[in-house]
Amino acid sequence: MISNLINRKIFTLLKVQYSNMLEYRVEIALWAISGIIPFFMLNIWTNNNLNESINISDVMLSRYFLCAFFVRQFSVVWVVFSFEEDSLMGKVSPYLIQPLNPFFRYFAQHLAEQITRFPFALMIAFFFFIFNPESIWIPNLVILFLSIVSTFLSFLIQFLIQSIVACLCFWTEKASSIERLLFIPTLFLSGLLAPVVSFPTYVKSWIYLTPFPYLIDFPANLLSGNETNISRGLSMQILWIFLLFPLFKKIWSEGTKKYTAMGS
Amino acid sequence: MVQNIIDVRNLSKSFDISSKEPGLKGTIKHFFRRQTKSLKVIKDISFEIKEGEIVGFLGANGAGKTTILKMLCGLIYPSEGSILVSGYIPFRRKENFLKNITLIMGQKQQLIWDLPPIESFYLNASIYDLDKFEAKKRINKLSEMLEIDEELFIPVRKLSLGQRMKSELLAALIHEPNVLFLDEPTLGLDINAQRNLRKFLQKYNKETNATICLTSHYMKDITSLCKRVICVHEGTISYDGKLDLLLKKLSPFKEILIVCRSEEDAFKLENSGFNVKNKIKNEITIKIENNSITSSLKTILNNFDIEDLFINEPPIDEIIGRVLIKKNHDI
Repeated sequence: MISNLINRKIFTLLKVQYSNMLEYRVEIALWAISGIIPFFMLNIWTNNNLNESINISDVMLSRYFLCAFFVRQFSVVWVVFSFEEDSLMGKVSPYLIQPLNPFFRYFAQHLAEQITRFPFALMIAFFFFIFNPESIWIPNLVILFLSIVSTFLSFLIQFLIQSIVACLCFWTEKASSIERLLFIPTLFLSGLLAPVVSFPTYVKSWIYLTPFPYLIDFPANLLSGNETNISRGLSMQILWIFLLFPLFKKIWSEGTKKYTAMGS
Repeated sequence: MVQNIIDVRNLSKSFDISSKEPGLKGTIKHFFRRQTKSLKVIKDISFEIKEGEIVGFLGANGAGKTTILKMLCGLIYPSEGSILVSGYIPFRRKENFLKNITLIMGQKQQLIWDLPPIESFYLNASIYDLDKFEAKKRINKLSEMLEIDEELFIPVRKLSLGQRMKSELLAALIHEPNVLFLDEPTLGLDINAQRNLRKFLQKYNKETNATICLTSHYMKDITSLCKRVICVHEGTISYDGKLDLLLKKLSPFKEILIVCRSEEDAFKLENSGFNVKNKIKNEITIKIENNSITSSLKTILNNFDIEDLFINEPPIDEIIGRVLIKKNHDI
């Protein structure tokens, strides 16, 4: 049953969404370029020698921010905005009466976009190495595999969080404003602006109890070869997925009872 | 014996509506203290629909027709009462139920805008667990019935409204549902496209014995497709029965335009006891009850010198228009 779902429905959805995404390749290239915040942060860190305070070399720090860029490229989620628009415009209605949860469509859309933006992200990395040749490194295959897994898990966590927020559309209609509340901790605690290791020990111990450091900091540290507890990181990612998934299911089933099929 | 495929008992639906007074004062008041009230849009309705029937839901804007369709297909949750469609409770949205129904909304689309319709068809086919061979077979069959071919390979955004609607229908019917819910399917289509769509629906119903529930503001859709209509007025059913009976009930007369050979004959006819609507020179229009048409015409033809005669059906839009503003005790 599940394998059939993955093999046929998701695969076809992915194929169709990939074709759809290719219609927007220029936009996706621009999106990829717009995700270069980590490189700005790298510049700020190195120019101010901030890395000395946390005992990370320039090379390791530049690798970290490059990896943060990569992880961000393959875990960015916007389902709350898509769902909100579709819900308000009544576009969700036809999907709700099909034997496939509409969130699979958004899931496939995100995966298809990630595949489409992959070459652009590689190109940006190529230019990064031209200007920072000392940062070139080749991670071993096991680490590479685990990094891909943890990046995917990070994507799943973010997808679930945003899907839960998106379901609030059934009550508030403007769920994206709630997402803005989550954007701030995501920005500061995920490791996008600074590695979590740079926070004071007391703060760090609290941060590691939230899902945020497992979104970018953990996968980026893993891939860049910085010191990190791999088993703890992966376990925490899986734990958050197991906590968020039933919550999503519950809020979905309650929310659809509130659905009024506006705009249709 | 034909079985009931839809069974609705004491169905009601309420929505919470927030209201706001006009102006800045109203806006500020609304910001701090939102006033909501519960509005009952469907009030305790019951009906049954048999397998293979085509039923038209008639009603003015806001009467509750679309809300009924949305509850029947499981899109929205009823506040009270029960619904059974093909033996399933729609809102539970069980896979087997969803594979049995479809909803087509004239003003909404499910096709992927930037891709040719064929991509959406194969996607829907996989969602409904059809293998590629079966999907191809059904696409060929339906595209032949709908008379679309090249359009399947052109991006949806480049198609005309009529072509798009046909593609929407194909996408919605690829899983061969037994129950079709159509909410104003001909909205915005030109006369030919409307006619083709009606022809297709008649053919589909004949070939598959599918049950069709339809709302439309185009009376031609209703008269050419539906033998039975359910009239909805302010959330209640004001009439449920055969369309021709309704028409007879609401319009028990026919208008007959008689052209007499002379004005003298017309004058005599005017004063012979018939219900005269108007008279212009030698042309006279009289109203005759449906059940006495034959005898009345015999009398006229035998006693007056008639040059020509026209029997006019009253305009159906006018009659139905009267239904839409009536409560059941008025019909």
